[in-house]
Amino acid sequence: MGEEVKLIGSIQSLFSFRIEWALKLKGVEYEYIKEDVRNKSPLIFKYNPVHKKVPVLVHGGKSLPESLVILEYIDETWKNCPLLPEDPSQRAMARFWAKYADEKCLIAVWQAYMAEGEEKEKAMGPALESLAFLEKEIKGKKFFGGEKIGFLDLAVGWIPHWLNVLEEVGSMKLLDAEKFPSLHEWAENFIQISPIKECIPPREELVSYFHSALIYLRSLSANKP
Amino acid sequence: MSKQELLLLDCGVSPFCGRVRIALAEKGVEYESKEENVLGGKSELLLSSNPVYKKVPVLLHNGKPLCESSIIVQYIDEAWPSPPLLPTSPYERAQARFWGDFIEKKVFDGGSKIWKSKGEEIEVAKKEFIETLRQLEGTLGDKDFFGGENFGFVDILLIPLTTWFFAYEKFGDFKVEEECPKFSTWVKRCKQRENVVKALPEPEMVYEVVLMLRKMHGVE
Repeated sequence: MGEEVKLIGSIQSLFSFRIEWALKLKGVEYEYIKEDVRNKSPLIFKYNPVHKKVPVLVHGGKSLPESLVILEYIDETWKNCPLLPEDPSQRAMARFWAKYADEKCLIAVWQAYMAEGEEKEKAMGPALESLAFLEKEIKGKKFFGGEKIGFLDLAVGWIPHWLNVLEEVGSMKLLDAEKFPSLHEWAENFIQISPIKECIPPREELVSYFHSALIYLRSLSANKP
Repeated sequence: MSKQELLLLDCGVSPFCGRVRIALAEKGVEYESKEENVLGGKSELLLSSNPVYKKVPVLLHNGKPLCESSIIVQYIDEAWPSPPLLPTSPYERAQARFWGDFIEKKVFDGGSKIWKSKGEEIEVAKKEFIETLRQLEGTLGDKDFFGGENFGFVDILLIPLTTWFFAYEKFGDFKVEEECPKFSTWVKRCKQRENVVKALPEPEMVYEVVLMLRKMHGVE
């Protein structure tokens, strides 16, 4: 496949990194176009007019947003190192848990990170519940994809690094090694794998970003009527 | 494959269940169906098959539960490849999944805002909803169906949701046909298909359900 591949992404975006990991795993060469999510360039509005977000994959001039959709596209276009299993029911399970992780787990973690005071304890409940479901799913397996990392590992690949930062900035502990031993072990294993370990954003950058995001988001809530 | 190996935990007015019914019909697959009382009391089978969301539809295939309607439809397409519901080229498949995701994020929740709102909020919700339909009209263009010439994945995800539009129109005081005529034409085209008509409830029946939901939500 000789057509040019570009990835419009951002160092702060956990969704962008999924795509980088997938492309690197498959050995696909690409041009990385750096966006700052706090200051979006016209490129984003051109290539993702519907949602105006990163990441966007541009392959042979054709653009594709939405990270989980992009992952499946990458898997179907470059068939080496498959991300999704072959069996339809296992594929359905991987898709189900990836959707769950984005729609429930990540949102719950985000709400907990934003909450303050008494509300924080309450907000941590759904986040812990969702991590418990993922703990059950990874139990007995090295990776969600089995012996090798796959679609679901990439989809929840924000847990080892981003969750850690959100916990620190949000003053909360969610991924407790005692409460979630299998998920904790998976997280330790995941970030040791190439190309993941060479492709992780600098922690200080994320801490600074989520710290200023928290101040901004809390000020928005405070100003709501 | 005998009927007993496929069991759909179902609910007549649920557009999400409607998707699965249509997909199975398109593939000519026989199945058993069990109607769940989603408001009255969910069965043990439903709660144990879908412990995460506790919702219909659930498709049990040889006892293995599959949940989330858009994922179930993809599963059906992969387990019974003919006729295909998704296009063949990876880019067109990705486009179909993208619009499927857009529909998931915008249509049902956007419509629900209309009947859940009071006063000025209704107008805001209605405007947003019409904008969503216009975006979908944009991607449909001059094609017969979202996938092109053939009825497929995106059409299957969207058409059952339209059975709830009559209720939105009543509470929002608008007509989809006037605001989005191309969209309306697509709906009529889909309703010429026997598999669609057989699988979906009458909008008037859905309206009665929405009236009940409004009372439950304290909107009345």
